[in-house]
Amino acid sequence: MAFQQNNTAPALHLDETTYKHQIIALSGDWTVSTLERIEKLVAALKVGKDRMTCIDISGIKNLDTSGAWMVHRLRGTLEFGGRRVELSGMDENRHRLFCELERHHPPRWKPDRNKYSIVRFLELVGRQMEQIWQDAAAMLHIMGSLGVVLATVLLQPKRLRGISVAVQFDRTCIGAVPIVALMSFLIGAIISQQGGFYLRQFGADIFVVDLAGILVLREIGVILTAIMVAGRSGSAFTAEIGAMKMREEIDALHVMGFSITEVLVLPRILALMIALPILTFISDMSALFGSGLVVWVYLDIPPAAFLTQLHAAITLETLMVGLVKAPFMALIVGLIACVEGLKVAGSSESLGRHTTISVVKAIFLVIVVDGVFAIFFASIGI
Amino acid sequence: MAAAEDISEDTNAFANPHEGDIILSAKGVTVGFGSKIVLKDLDLEVRKGEVLGFVGGSGMGKSVLMRTILGLTPKRAGKIKVFGYDLETASKDIRTSIERRWGVLFQQGALFSSLTVKQNIQMPMREYLHLSPQLMNELATLKLELVGLPQDAADKLPSELSGGMIKRASLARALALDPDLVFLDEPTSGLDPIGAAAFDSLIANLSATLGLTVYMVTHDLDSLHSICDRIAVLGDKKVLAIGTIDEMMENDQPWIKSYFRGERALRRT
Repeated sequence: MAFQQNNTAPALHLDETTYKHQIIALSGDWTVSTLERIEKLVAALKVGKDRMTCIDISGIKNLDTSGAWMVHRLRGTLEFGGRRVELSGMDENRHRLFCELERHHPPRWKPDRNKYSIVRFLELVGRQMEQIWQDAAAMLHIMGSLGVVLATVLLQPKRLRGISVAVQFDRTCIGAVPIVALMSFLIGAIISQQGGFYLRQFGADIFVVDLAGILVLREIGVILTAIMVAGRSGSAFTAEIGAMKMREEIDALHVMGFSITEVLVLPRILALMIALPILTFISDMSALFGSGLVVWVYLDIPPAAFLTQLHAAITLETLMVGLVKAPFMALIVGLIACVEGLKVAGSSESLGRHTTISVVKAIFLVIVVDGVFAIFFASIGI
Repeated sequence: MAAAEDISEDTNAFANPHEGDIILSAKGVTVGFGSKIVLKDLDLEVRKGEVLGFVGGSGMGKSVLMRTILGLTPKRAGKIKVFGYDLETASKDIRTSIERRWGVLFQQGALFSSLTVKQNIQMPMREYLHLSPQLMNELATLKLELVGLPQDAADKLPSELSGGMIKRASLARALALDPDLVFLDEPTSGLDPIGAAAFDSLIANLSATLGLTVYMVTHDLDSLHSICDRIAVLGDKKVLAIGTIDEMMENDQPWIKSYFRGERALRRT
C-alpha cells in the first residue's frame, strides 16, 4: 500500500508576469510527512508587495490539516505584510477545512526563556524554606494523628488492623531477612579484617573482637539495617501511597469516612517498628558471625577465644543501646515515607520525585538521629 | 525518517481511494488469557474512509481486540494486516511508518502525566518531524481547538483536567500527525451530550474532509446512529454481525435486537 515513501514533493511556484498581480501556485503533497520541506519552502518565499496575490491550491494533490494550516499561515503572513490575498482552486471539502481553520487563532508565540538571576535564586531559596516548614508541619500532623489513632487503638484494640499489620510485617521484616543478614555478615567480616590488619602491627590482635563487638552492636548494626529498610520498605510505602493518591484511592477512603492514618499509616509504621528491632538483632548476630569467622581464619583466634573475649568486652547494655534506637529509626523512616507518599500529586514524575526524596530524607535523618542518640547515651554515661 | 525522505513521483493511493479498499483486516484471530479464550477465529475488515462503530457487551473483548490489532496483546492465532502489512512480519521501518499513520485514543486517555497538554500533543511531532518550535506550537494549538479545548488548557497538566477534557486532549494527541486511521476506545463516554455531539461532528468532519478512517469502540447509540457508516457487533468471541445501522435495526439476533431496539434504545426517539 502506498501510504509511505511515495509522497509527491511539495512545490511552490511564484508567477509574477501579470502586472499588479501575482499567483502563487502550490502543488504536490501538503501533508504532515512533507511538513519540513513545506516549512522551508514557505520560509524561503519572497513575494513582492503592492500586488494582488492569489494562492492557487488546485494543484495540491493531498492536503491534511497540517498542510492546510501551512497554506492558511502563508496567507496570514502575506496579508499581515499588507497585501490583498485570495485563495483559489478550492473544492467543497477543502473549503470546509479552511472554514474550520479560520476559526482558530493560535496565541502569540513566546519562546520560553530561562533567566538566571539573583531574584530567581532568592525566590527559589524562599520557596525551599517554605517547603521545609510545610514538611515539618506535615510530619507533625501525621505524628499527631498517629498519636490519636494509637490512643483509640489502645482503648479499642479491635480497631487495630491486625491482618494489615501482619501483612506489612511480612513484607518489611521476613522479606528483608536474607539481604540484611548477608550485608551485615559482609560488613562484620570487613570490619574485623581491616581492624585486624592494623591492630596486628601493635600485637593487639585480640582487641579486634572488642572493636567489632562494640562497633557492630552499638552503631553499625542498627544504622545499616535502618538504611536498608529505608531503601527497601520506605520507598515501597511512598510508592504505594503515592500511587493510591494519584488514582484517587486516598480520596475514596476519605469520603467513605476512613481515617488515612488508621488504615494506611498506622499498620505500616507499627509493622516497621516491630520489624526493625528484629532485623537489627539479626543484623548484629550475623555481623558478629562474620567477624568471628574472619578473626578465626585471618588472625587465628579460635571461636572459643573469640566468645570469651566478646563476653568480656560487651554487656547486655551494649546490645540494648543498639536495639533501643531501632524503633525510633523505624518511626522516622515510616513517617517520612508516608508523608512523602501523601504529597504525591497527579503525575508519574512527582511519584518518582517523592520516592527519591523519601529515601534520601529517611537515610539522612536516620544518621542525624543516631548522632543525637550518641550524645544522649554519652551524657547519661552508657 | 524514511517516509519523509524517499519521496518519489509515484501516485499516492490515498489520493483516489476507491470503494472496498481494505485498510485493516483481521483473519482467524484468536486471543486468550490463561485458559479463557476471549476471541476465537474472529474476522474483520475495515474499509478505507469509513467510520466503523464497534459494539458489544462489557467484558466481551472489544478493547482486547483493539489492543490485539495495535499489537499490545499477543494473539494465539490469526493474521492482522494494517495498511496491507502484517505487523508481526513487517520490517522495523514499515512498523514505524505504520505507527506514524495511526492514532490511538485509549479509554482512560493515557496522556503522559508529567507533560502538559501541549507537550503531550507535540510529543509525536517532536519525535517524527523536525519543525520550528513556533510551527509546532501553532499546530498543537490548532489541534487543541479542533477537539474543542480552550487555549488555556494547553499549559495544564493532565491531572488538572476533567475526565472529558482528558478525552479531548488525548484525541488531539491521536490526531497530532494527521493519521489515516484512528482507533477510538469509547470516545464519548464521560462527555456531556453537547460535548459528545461536538465530538461526533468533529469525527464526521475529519472523516469527510480528510478521508480519515475511524475504528470506534462505543456504546453511544447517538454516535452509532449519526456518524457510523458501518457497525460491527462483537459477541460469542467473534463478530456477530456487521453492517449499516439500518441492517442492525432489522437484525433479529436476540442480543443485537435488545441492544438496538431495547428499552433504552427506543426511549431515545
